[in-house]
Amino acid sequence: MHAEPILSGWGHAPVVPASEVRSEDLTAATRGMPLSRGLGRSYGDSSLPAARDHRVASTVLADRILAFDAQTGLMRAEAGLSLSDIYRLFLARGWFVPVTPGTQFVTVGGMVAADVHGGNHHRDGCFGGHVTRLLMQLADGRVLECSRDVEPDLFRATVGGMGLTGHILEVEFRMAKISSPWLWGDRQRVNGVGQFFDSLGRSASDWPFTKGWIDCISGGKSLGRGVMYRARWATPDEAPPRPPRHKKGFAIPFFLPSWVLNRASARLYNEFRFRTQRTKAAGIVHPDEFFYPLDGIRHWNRLFGRPGFTQYQCVVPHATGLQTITRAIQLVNKRGFASPVCVIKDCGPEGEGLLSFPKLGISIAIDVPVRSWTQPLIDELNELVLGEGGRIYLAKDAFTRREHFQKMEPRLAEWQAIRRRWDPDGRFRSAQSVRLLGDAP
Amino acid sequence: MKVVVLGATKGMGRAMARRVAERGDTVFVLGRDPEDLARTARDLEARAGKESGSFGHAACDLERPESFSGALDAAEAALDGLDLVIVTAGLFATQDALEADAELTRRLLTVDFANTVLFCEEARRRLLARGGGTLCVFSSVAGDRGRKPIILYGAAKAGLSRYLEGLDHKFRARGLKTICVKPGFVRTSMTAGLKAPPFASEPDVVAAQVVTAIDRGRPIIYAPGIWALVMLVIRALPRFVMRRIGF
Repeated sequence: MHAEPILSGWGHAPVVPASEVRSEDLTAATRGMPLSRGLGRSYGDSSLPAARDHRVASTVLADRILAFDAQTGLMRAEAGLSLSDIYRLFLARGWFVPVTPGTQFVTVGGMVAADVHGGNHHRDGCFGGHVTRLLMQLADGRVLECSRDVEPDLFRATVGGMGLTGHILEVEFRMAKISSPWLWGDRQRVNGVGQFFDSLGRSASDWPFTKGWIDCISGGKSLGRGVMYRARWATPDEAPPRPPRHKKGFAIPFFLPSWVLNRASARLYNEFRFRTQRTKAAGIVHPDEFFYPLDGIRHWNRLFGRPGFTQYQCVVPHATGLQTITRAIQLVNKRGFASPVCVIKDCGPEGEGLLSFPKLGISIAIDVPVRSWTQPLIDELNELVLGEGGRIYLAKDAFTRREHFQKMEPRLAEWQAIRRRWDPDGRFRSAQSVRLLGDAP
Repeated sequence: MKVVVLGATKGMGRAMARRVAERGDTVFVLGRDPEDLARTARDLEARAGKESGSFGHAACDLERPESFSGALDAAEAALDGLDLVIVTAGLFATQDALEADAELTRRLLTVDFANTVLFCEEARRRLLARGGGTLCVFSSVAGDRGRKPIILYGAAKAGLSRYLEGLDHKFRARGLKTICVKPGFVRTSMTAGLKAPPFASEPDVVAAQVVTAIDRGRPIIYAPGIWALVMLVIRALPRFVMRRIGF
């Protein structure tokens, strides 16, 4: 009755035979392990062990808050602390994480490893920029604290380093003080990629949070239409008297058959979403709705069916971005189709994380189902993005080829050199590092 | 409420302590390792929005009954009272491991039955002296029937469940509510490495259910609830069936 244990990322592709070792004592659980894994929300193979390993250390039981200074907002926590706990406990008290990804079901360790970004990247950068110290277990078994002052090279290689420089045991970071637990925001229908560029550009100076939902299926005049969302924390006067209630949502109970999501159903959904959107609306917004719209549907990844899906997220420079993103949407529609889950964002300058994803430009994230056309599509997209000086986000990737990734990442040699200095025998590895970085399989 | 938790550093005890701390109770944590206890106390304070140092801790080891009284003294002094004592601590080992190791068997039977009862007796006296309160102890569904994969652990938990039942019968009228929690399979570090059966649950889910049961004073709680039904069936199975199945 019990099959072999399996692990996968959020996209359910790939799925590998492997298990997680769970313990409250993270230092003991990670000793000798090739990789640690948090809540498994990276899409592809970042949190999966290399083929020879079969096991990863799970951080999720090591989730204690070790200190919180209500004066300065400085927080220190074990790596497995989830963003959903922080959000649930601290929002009503007037604190929020300085940077949030699009789901609250991630750990602080994972947020450092992927150096996550959010709708405020143009203003506040990545999560790693707000991290002050990391306690790590290294390849030689030492437990060491690093920061911008102590072992800064290890710190810079670990922020965005996908867990490949050592196990992150504890994270110290600065929370952001918020004026109220509600957002004030507006949304506006957008008729094409060009308008998105204008709108993102114009909003950047006045709005801390900006992002757009982009319809990546419709072509012709409707290509790149969507809805632009902007928000800031509401002032105490604007905010409703009570803090927002955290909704439980509902769950997709099983994998839907893979044919349910197809070009026609996705197009129908997009048409509905676009048409039912008022041209313009403004007012108080629940932070769940703005930051975590998909968290309301637990296991939404099951909508894609057993074959799973991947997200293609890239960032391309502003100058040629309009053409690049238009071309990318056309390529997706020529080869296959995109799901309704597509997001366009503005990125600020590159941060200090040596392998962090964001850099100055426009980022687009397109969810595509895994089909026979997925690999050739990702190859074509990567060639396009590579030619324009863009790059992809490792936390989302499962299909990029080594040669493409290595050409996209001029920083890779420096990062590898630091990594090898701290882990000369290559003890830390993942399925992704084997695929993209040439680690021994 | 003023709450003492024995076993708060891990698993279900951690989830229970967080649950009561987050709703505003004052918590005092007991366990073996002082450093680990201090980290747990800081976690509970941060979650409850209290200042660092609000929640105390003291060393208490189920393998050392001589540590019980001092630990509870410290708790009562720090809390200036006592309303609820939660016990989740215990030892676990698989039937195979226990059959191969008589010393481990002795330790497990002592900790999970004799010493847990001694700790509860100490807590019971103190709660009764204060006019009553609640004693909430984690036993297990394993004590409900003699089952092949869990004979020794189940025997200790069976004894514990009977003891708690008797306490409830004797002292409920005097204001002491005794709550016997019987969790099914819960994904904690105690069960790490074991295959999760159907209806496996998470510590938070169990804790939410148990805190509600404490508030309502329910004497027996299966968590998750489905295990009440499962064990009803298991208890009704004839011996010739129990001899054949591996459950």
